[in-house]
Amino acid sequence: MNPGTLTIYRWELRKLRAQKRTYLGLGAAALVPIIFVVALVVQGESPNEVAFGKYVHDTGLAIPLVLLLFGAVWMFPLITALVAGDIVASEDRNQTLKTILTRSVERHQVFAGKALATFTYAIAAIVLTGVVALVAGIMASGFDSIISLSGTRVSAMEGLGLVWASLGVYLIPILTVACIGLLFSTLFRNSAAAIVGTLMFSLLIQLIGILPGLESLHPYLLSTQYNAWQGFLRSPVDWDPIVRAAWVCSLYALPALAAAALVFLRRDVAGD
Amino acid sequence: MMLGLIRPTAGSVRLFGRDPQTTVAALEGVAGFVEAPSFYPYLSGLVNLELLGSFDGGEAKQRIPEALETVGLSDRAKDKVGAYSHGMRQRLGIAAALLRQPRLMLLDEPATGLDPAGMRDMRDLIRGLSAQGMTVLLSSHLLGEVEELCNRVAIVRKGGVAYQGSLAELKRQAGGGYLLRTSDDDVARRVAAAQAGISELRAGVEGGLTFDAESDAAVGALSLALTESGALITELSPRQASLEDLFFKLTEGEADKAAAPQPQLAERAA
Repeated sequence: MNPGTLTIYRWELRKLRAQKRTYLGLGAAALVPIIFVVALVVQGESPNEVAFGKYVHDTGLAIPLVLLLFGAVWMFPLITALVAGDIVASEDRNQTLKTILTRSVERHQVFAGKALATFTYAIAAIVLTGVVALVAGIMASGFDSIISLSGTRVSAMEGLGLVWASLGVYLIPILTVACIGLLFSTLFRNSAAAIVGTLMFSLLIQLIGILPGLESLHPYLLSTQYNAWQGFLRSPVDWDPIVRAAWVCSLYALPALAAAALVFLRRDVAGD
Repeated sequence: MMLGLIRPTAGSVRLFGRDPQTTVAALEGVAGFVEAPSFYPYLSGLVNLELLGSFDGGEAKQRIPEALETVGLSDRAKDKVGAYSHGMRQRLGIAAALLRQPRLMLLDEPATGLDPAGMRDMRDLIRGLSAQGMTVLLSSHLLGEVEELCNRVAIVRKGGVAYQGSLAELKRQAGGGYLLRTSDDDVARRVAAAQAGISELRAGVEGGLTFDAESDAAVGALSLALTESGALITELSPRQASLEDLFFKLTEGEADKAAAPQPQLAERAA
């Protein structure tokens, strides 16, 4: 029986586990919450200018939410781009595409395996940040109720569910960034260009958002979707930004993924 | 193109009747590498082979120990490929190809960049594979290597096959003739010119005479006639054209022909 996408996916994960850049991204995802909590404990102050900032000393549940606010636009996209921008380009760097494409696997299976591995890594990074931020936050500030964006008090257990739901919604734009990174990795065949390009794309979209006269575009910008998770922190839950994030992000992600697949399937694989 | 990595701008390729451009199933029974074999440098040789064996499916992974043994890499299998020498990577490339139990092995410049000992080992390895009944298609610019390893050759010029057939036939077609040196070349020339079965008599580039002979018997008769004429033979040897000579004859000859019409065109224009 010929191997399938699942075999390739498993090997892509194993290759990721063997590469330093994977640990650079996951290390950042784990260390940033720890550094943030340590800084809060040492300084004893609160980042009151951001939502949930004034609750960081009241409950550990506020820590992952504040981190999402701080890192939504650049930190997590960068962590995602580290692998998404490299996963095809590294095959070009090592000239290994010709090695694997002359075995008994079809190109579309190789691409699917790479895409799934990229998504897995992005999800792992967000989950890791969430777990570390919650553990560090709870150790520093306790596991207590939290005040929602609507001003209502939410129990600790319910708040915990909302934190994970928020991280889940934040995955929508992050997986979109992964698709864009995958496209750039396939197009540029150069890891650095693809990683920087992905991050620049994310930041440029945000810059468009602050240009005067373009307010009508805001709901459709990728950068706006980075904050869609806040819909869960309202009472009752505001589904509008969440639903919009789902379809707006699909308008970015699906064409990027389709274009990446098309380029990957049709490209000539030759040595330099 | 034969491995489905590049799309042809024209024409088509069939491997055992299947088109490698449409599906990798066409590569069943085929293995090899293009240019230098490439592996993941951050994985060991063994893990690289495990990956490729998994991608092949079937019993490919079970052949890894035997393949490593064949190429002499068993003791370095757990080292990362990034620490391998060029020759070791070439041998790992052969091992990776062997996992597929190919009927046809495609090797592109397998000895390029190897030191003399590495080249010798690679040639021995290829001879061994051929002796086991495997067809090896070797692409090389090292014509000495081709001459040493191959029994059939194809010479490609400008995307077309300039010659395809056995090496022996190519050499036979090219002829080669004989070189004759004697104590008196003038006498030798007269004797040879009068001898039956001897033709294309010319002065040699480095002295002596060259000629073509109809048969070995004609050469023997010439030898006898020369002795009787008093022109003592100091050298009489067959001149065998090397593959390099034949290659240039086939590839550069056409270039000359291509260049030739230009003056004619110029004359017409004038």
